[in-house]
Amino acid sequence: MTFERFVFYVFAAILVYAALRVITVRNPVYAALHLVLAFFSSAAIWLLLEAEFLAITLVLVYVGAVMVLFLFVVMMLDINVAPLREGFIRYLPFGAAVALLMMFEMSLVVGTSYFGTQAVAVPPGHGPDYSNTRELGSVLYTEYVYAFEIAAVILLVAIVAAIALTMRRRPETKYQNPSEQVAVKRDDRVRLVSMEAEKRK
Amino acid sequence: MIALSDYLTLSAILFGLAVAGIFLNRKNVIILLMSIELMLLAVNTNFIAFSHFLDDTAGQVFVFFILTVAAAEAAIGLAILVVLFRTRHTINVENLDRLKG
Repeated sequence: MTFERFVFYVFAAILVYAALRVITVRNPVYAALHLVLAFFSSAAIWLLLEAEFLAITLVLVYVGAVMVLFLFVVMMLDINVAPLREGFIRYLPFGAAVALLMMFEMSLVVGTSYFGTQAVAVPPGHGPDYSNTRELGSVLYTEYVYAFEIAAVILLVAIVAAIALTMRRRPETKYQNPSEQVAVKRDDRVRLVSMEAEKRK
Repeated sequence: MIALSDYLTLSAILFGLAVAGIFLNRKNVIILLMSIELMLLAVNTNFIAFSHFLDDTAGQVFVFFILTVAAAEAAIGLAILVVLFRTRHTINVENLDRLKG
């Protein structure tokens, strides 16, 4: 067994264990933390596949942003876990049967007979001066630039939607109205009063 | 040497676990969202494996866009979850029957 294969099996085992814990653990906080572990080991497997940029992106964007958002929401909401767990045991045989059937069917399709080393040759791998980021960028900004801009718009829509969904106006809170602030005239603020000069005492 | 089938089998196992997670935690919206993230991870691993073995960068570009859409989906999903909890004080899927006729 080569070192590469050893690394693959170690991280694959950690990945499967973490995914198993995500779906079976009782506390959603632990589920989120196990999902972080799954993303980390998956990033290691992507590194084995020479997708360095995406592996780092997975750690930075997913572990750094999305999972922190998950943890934020899980901890912010005061969730009573007990009623959410009922039916877990009841659905366990059915869910496990469906999952095992799906895994069996898919492993029939993607097994060694069609995608083994004989069917698809293992690529020799790139040299030390190969830059995955450079190659990805060179197609991303030329061939896929239209899709790239659409992705940017999707992120913008997500920002606007997330803020618009969660923003609420409480009646007791005081707000500033920027349009009124900008449109204010001098007459609204300053009142000139003409009065007699008072005598000095 | 690691064959392509090894990566594909790993993805299939991950996807099956995510499907099982949707069956088992069908009342907890947060775990459902996490299961969807696991599914996307399995699909992304498939894309990257094929990209590596067929020596085609298009697979990695696709994974890039899937990550973008998944991040947007997670943000909006969690925002909906927060609004849901604010109005219903529960995230139990069983109680979300307000639109039922």
